[in-house]
Amino acid sequence: MTPLELLAAALVVVGTFFGFVATVGLIRLPDLYSRLHAASKSDTLGSVLSLAGIAVVLGVSTESLKLVFLLVFLFLTSPTAAHAIARAAKEQGIEPVGEGDAEEGEP
Amino acid sequence: MTAGSLLLAAASGGPDVTVSPTLSAILLAAAGAFALFAVALLYRVVRGPTTQDRIVAINVVGTNTVIVIALVSVAFGEYGYLDVALVYGLLNFVMSIAVSKFTVEWGGVI
Repeated sequence: MTPLELLAAALVVVGTFFGFVATVGLIRLPDLYSRLHAASKSDTLGSVLSLAGIAVVLGVSTESLKLVFLLVFLFLTSPTAAHAIARAAKEQGIEPVGEGDAEEGEP
Repeated sequence: MTAGSLLLAAASGGPDVTVSPTLSAILLAAAGAFALFAVALLYRVVRGPTTQDRIVAINVVGTNTVIVIALVSVAFGEYGYLDVALVYGLLNFVMSIAVSKFTVEWGGVI
């Protein structure tokens, strides 16, 4: 493996780690707003790092240009979608959990 | 790389970069991990409890799908699939915005 491929592999592995963090957060956290926090930040970082890893290995070409477009697009739209969903939840009157009223046995 | 060789690479259907077998295996393993995360997220889609929980989970599943398509495309050297990933990312965003708009009253979101 060339040094460039080592860099790509490292970026993809770190991206996969952040994807794992987002998944655990989305499954384990107690309410919608904290789940949105996990989904919007960790998942954006995980996907952007993975795409950057495979863009690095392709060098300067139209394919890596497509990957950079995809990366920038995900970086802009993923938090925007999370914001729109949070605002829709607020409009519907969904309240965040307060101190001490986490349901028993609820993951 | 000059603009001429860039155009030539575009016309001949992809760069002549072939990733090494080791990196290809790493990319495929990462794609498999992202697919497993998507399956795990289906728990949140089924369980809910609110509509917005399901939308968030489906949004993340869609993002994972985009990553899997891109990783597999580079691992196998089939660069045409990158266009599929791009279109899938656009549709995923439109889906999230549309659903979060239509679950509230008119004029609520955006």
